[in-house]
Amino acid sequence: MAEAEAEKKEKLTIVVFSGDLDRALAAFMLATTGASMGMDVTMFFTFWGLNVIKKNEGGIGSKGLMRKMLNWMNRGGAKRLTLSKFNMMGLGTWMMKRLMKDVNMPSVEEFIKMAEQMGVKLIACNTSCGVMGVPEKAFRAEVASLAGAAYFLSEARDSKVVLFV
Amino acid sequence: MNADKTLDCVGLYCPMPIVKTAAKIKEMKPGEVLEVVADDKGIKLDMPAWCKSTGNECLGIEESGGEYKVYVKKK
Repeated sequence: MAEAEAEKKEKLTIVVFSGDLDRALAAFMLATTGASMGMDVTMFFTFWGLNVIKKNEGGIGSKGLMRKMLNWMNRGGAKRLTLSKFNMMGLGTWMMKRLMKDVNMPSVEEFIKMAEQMGVKLIACNTSCGVMGVPEKAFRAEVASLAGAAYFLSEARDSKVVLFV
Repeated sequence: MNADKTLDCVGLYCPMPIVKTAAKIKEMKPGEVLEVVADDKGIKLDMPAWCKSTGNECLGIEESGGEYKVYVKKK
């Protein structure tokens, strides 16, 4: 294993565009599995995907009326994500979370912590942050930094596997 | 088959048995054998694939009563 780690690792880069619970789960399942296979994993969160990595507690602290309204309606946080289908005003999401717990599946919250411990790099898209008025301090501690399209593409170019979720 | 360590993954679905195996193997010495006990059928294909891409050796899978015992030798 130590030798394998000394070699250049294969890269996996995942764009998380969606802020849906189901899609976020799929992204984190692949990220953690990739890390456990010895891959160097980067997750790039953009647009609605920023919701996945916002802090669960506190205000977003955005400036201007429209951005304040946007982040009020679109609060985000791993614990607030909903299903892309059958949300049914939260009932469907609540049921899905029950079912997941029933089979010992980690929540998105747990997946984020696990991913960070496994060395997965979590990056927030700085352009989305600017447009939507999400300051860096609105993100969880697991988020490594903000970066743009050039950073993503340079990672993607070196990656063996690139996914858009 | 004799194993140096055992990892209980009964009741866990993909990707948890693989994630836990990777963490456990990291703690072990080269040449040691890990026995992974799981009841998720997916492990039959997942573990050999994980071994193939990490360079560890999948020594075999024993199946009985809906449980799978997978033996992984650390390289």
